Amino acid sequence: MELLSDEGFRFDGRRAAEFRKIQGRLGVFDHADGSAILQQGNTKVLAAVFGPREPMASQRGAVSQERCIVDVEYSRAAFASAERKRRARGDKKAQEISLSLKKTFEATILTTLYPRSAISIFVEVLQADGGDYAVCVNAATLALIDAGIPIRDVCCAVSCGVAIKDNVAYSLLDLAYSEETARIPTIVATGMPKTGEMVFFEVESRLHMDYFRAHQCI
Amino acid sequence: MSVIIKAPNREQNVSFLNKLDDEETCVNPGDVITENTDFMRGHGTYQASSNELRASVAGTVERINKLITVRPAKMRYNGEVGDIVVGRIIEVQQKLWKVDCGTRLNAFLNLAAVNLPGGELRRRGADDELVMRKFLQEGDLILAEVQKVREDGYLNLHTRSLKYGKLGPGVLIIVSPSLIRRRKQHIHNLPCGVTAILATNGFVYFCPLVEEDISIVKEVDSATRENICRLRQVTLSLAKHRVSLYDSSLLYGFEASLHFPVAEIGFESNEEEWLAEMKSRIDRDQQS
Repeated sequence: MELLSDEGFRFDGRRAAEFRKIQGRLGVFDHADGSAILQQGNTKVLAAVFGPREPMASQRGAVSQERCIVDVEYSRAAFASAERKRRARGDKKAQEISLSLKKTFEATILTTLYPRSAISIFVEVLQADGGDYAVCVNAATLALIDAGIPIRDVCCAVSCGVAIKDNVAYSLLDLAYSEETARIPTIVATGMPKTGEMVFFEVESRLHMDYFRAHQCI
Repeated sequence: MSVIIKAPNREQNVSFLNKLDDEETCVNPGDVITENTDFMRGHGTYQASSNELRASVAGTVERINKLITVRPAKMRYNGEVGDIVVGRIIEVQQKLWKVDCGTRLNAFLNLAAVNLPGGELRRRGADDELVMRKFLQEGDLILAEVQKVREDGYLNLHTRSLKYGKLGPGVLIIVSPSLIRRRKQHIHNLPCGVTAILATNGFVYFCPLVEEDISIVKEVDSATRENICRLRQVTLSLAKHRVSLYDSSLLYGFEASLHFPVAEIGFESNEEEWLAEMKSRIDRDQQS
């Protein structure tokens, strides 16, 4: 299966280094301190931020005198993907994403400003079409900005894959589900563009060194 | 009775109500505000490296002499001494009540910082600690003043005045604290027979007219009930359009909304009409 056509187009008609259409809105929830809904192509994520607030009874153990607790809960709506899935939260995949989101935002939020408090971030994937983690980071950042919580920089993430065509590697930006499942090497990068820092970086599968040299972006 | 079903409101500000000052600069998190080392960093900023001052929230930059702060549009309430707050009792502990007033940490109301109902003098001892729940129990709403901001971030409240204490029957609306305009007075007795408490922490409370002592509770007649409902609707509309809340905006909003029945105040078509009327009255006041 060719990820990149002879004319250099992908399944959904994008060029290799082209984003999907991004739409977002802040302040969609009234009862949360901050909230945002973000749609990237057909992936749609709702994020809500509560806090900084008094830690819940279940968080008491993690209370720190120096910084605030950051808790992230990632969940996927049962209707998010083509197949209806029961068990929206709590599976291994969701736990893994929750943990990496938590790590990401612990590095982003200026946690030392709010000792003894807790910030809870809830992200829910309403429509899943690839790049879940990346869109969740972007949506949660928007929600944090809406809540007025101090962060180091606008933290954004993107997923990226490599397609090999005629022995030349092309990087595909912002993977859709059909491309994610094609078993190509993928990276997920989270960074802060203005300060130039990298927050989180994940590489799946391997790529031969030769392709790195011949790597091209169009 | 007719039933009206409508789609959720478009989240749109009535544009004429809010105007941005041209001189204010808006920043996003991570933006460099200044590379000059002479300035001091205030709230909403952080020092990224030795000479870079960056914003940490999205908002407008404010400069007072050498202090630079960034004020976000929406933020949790930060207590200051002397603020009037409305809060809800969430826990009764030994010698103190824990109060939720929208701060990042709960506030404390010490037993020593309250006036007992009826001006009864308190005898220190184990006995009165046991009957604390008689005065205030979980779920009660109180009106209090911030006595102290403790070093660890908790607030200490006090109700050592007849103005403060347990709130009687009424309606609570929680809005963003940034919408409450800071004034000398936060408790207003409106001519429609309702007392409006615009607490600095964004908790707005409407109750029937209170006289000197807040603890006296009377029966509420139906006219007052309707006025309270109307004020609630007006406040919700004002908060939706991010109009700052203070005595005249509330009063003019209330009077302008009298053209409509209470249930129809929040309709988008009506809202525009009475908000425009309110706005013109406020403008006229400012000119004169």
